[in-house]
Amino acid sequence: MSAARPAHLDEPAWVRRLLLAVSLGFLALFLLLPLAVVFSEALKKGWELYVEALVEPDALAAIRLTLLVAVIAVPLNLVLGVAAAWAITKFQFRGKQALVTLIDLPFSVSPVVAGLIYVLLFGSHGWLGPLLKAYDLKVVYAVPGVVLATLFVTFPFIARELIPLMQAQGNEEEQAALTLGASGWQMFRRVTLPNIKWGLLYGVILCNARAMGEFGAVSVVSGHVRGLTNTIPLHVEILYNEYAYQASFAVASVLALLALVTLVLKSVVEWRSDRQLKDRAIPSEFPGAASLQLKAAG
Amino acid sequence: MHRFGVLPGFGLSMGFTVFYLSLIVLIPLSTLFFKSATLDWETFRAAVTAPRVLASYRLTFGAALLAALVNLVAGLAVAWTLVRYDFPGKKIVDALVDLPFALPTAVAGIALTALYASNGWMGRWLEPLGIKVAYTPLGVVVALIFIGLPFVVRTVQPVLEDAERELEEAATSLGASRLQTFLKVLLPTILPALLTGFALAFARAVGEYGSVVFIAGNMPMVSEITPLLIITKLEQYDYAGAASIALVMLLLSFVLLLFINLLQWWQARRGLGKNP
Repeated sequence: MSAARPAHLDEPAWVRRLLLAVSLGFLALFLLLPLAVVFSEALKKGWELYVEALVEPDALAAIRLTLLVAVIAVPLNLVLGVAAAWAITKFQFRGKQALVTLIDLPFSVSPVVAGLIYVLLFGSHGWLGPLLKAYDLKVVYAVPGVVLATLFVTFPFIARELIPLMQAQGNEEEQAALTLGASGWQMFRRVTLPNIKWGLLYGVILCNARAMGEFGAVSVVSGHVRGLTNTIPLHVEILYNEYAYQASFAVASVLALLALVTLVLKSVVEWRSDRQLKDRAIPSEFPGAASLQLKAAG
Repeated sequence: MHRFGVLPGFGLSMGFTVFYLSLIVLIPLSTLFFKSATLDWETFRAAVTAPRVLASYRLTFGAALLAALVNLVAGLAVAWTLVRYDFPGKKIVDALVDLPFALPTAVAGIALTALYASNGWMGRWLEPLGIKVAYTPLGVVVALIFIGLPFVVRTVQPVLEDAERELEEAATSLGASRLQTFLKVLLPTILPALLTGFALAFARAVGEYGSVVFIAGNMPMVSEITPLLIITKLEQYDYAGAASIALVMLLLSFVLLLFINLLQWWQARRGLGKNP
């Protein structure tokens, strides 16, 4: 983008320097400082206490629960994402736009509201409360509620990434495969899947980050039972509210590392998918559109 | 429903999508309407317009608006810098812009609180100047700036990358100054994207909970955001009250969603006009 340009098309040097200073200063203030403070507070009292905060039984239980939630939520949303994108991009039907809007809905719902609706549905005063009680089942203030709330907030991530991508790719390759005698499953596995793998991976990475880091929705339905229904973010909150700041930041630093790993993986996938798309010579506006929509959805 | 095309799997994929969507999203969301409907109109109105609730709307929407405005200006500067200028470490900076999407909100919340508390890295400089950030409404704004930071950058960046430099050259050769070129040629091109980013940042900020509760101090009438108030009602077993406030928030986010879709439609039309 920054190939040689005639000088008269650039801003005066002082404007350039000012813009650079403002943007980098803004990013340093709002991105670097918060990140740095997490690690600084976590290691304030040395490595020993840092490690101790992480191997303590409640912390380990929180890590286990977070992994369990992600292992359930990500594959389910993966299947949903592929199914929804397949129906929406490969067929024409009435109400398609409405369906896309409904899939996006969880992005515009406050996480707190996302938690609340499951309490209204499954709580002891909720619609299904009496029924669950009769069978001695617990959904909210227990692990199933945490899983459901996470499913809700991570619902659109993968579908959102696949829809624009598959829209851009069209139907021709699949139709060719069928004409050549492939079964539906063969066509999907040999043609569709290789075409969407980077978009799929991109969606999975972001879906996983959100599933492991969700706080608001999970906090409403979890009931905060230590060692049982606390995810890592909730464990961070409990420690913080008990003024165990160092331990709280130590556990938070694990999540911060996860965020950094997510950013690295995301950049790698973006780079690889750009290359794949260039090789296949698909108009370059499409990958941009796909990742933008997903990013914008946050 | 009509289907065209010869590909298999419409029934299966569509059926699964609708089933899953209903189970996870639609049926649970419908509880808000039904729970609120257990109140008669007067009680509902009283629940969603109580002074403490109104104060929380003012704070939530005011702080979200302010934060989105800051992000509008700073986000444009960042997008401009990333697209047009070269500097060392640019790739890393570009990747780091997405940090607020990747960092769990609770972590952001405690980190910002630690920074702006009176003994924090920022707080110890700001408090002698009489600026208190942590545990005040200003803290809410700071948290919401963090949360909304990537939206404007990521919506404007691709549009700026695609902007045709020939138009700028033409404007310059016709005697326009750099500022005139920016205001009259570039700004109209990126305006829909800029507004979309602004609206997305605003919408996200209105519902935000995790990063705000730690730094806000949560004083009723002063620094209590609406999502927190919903949780408070829930903890008091006022389910209908919680559902009513949540319903108001949900309807407002529908309005925002509609507005964002209109903006994106406008942007798409712009794109069509540019490349016939």
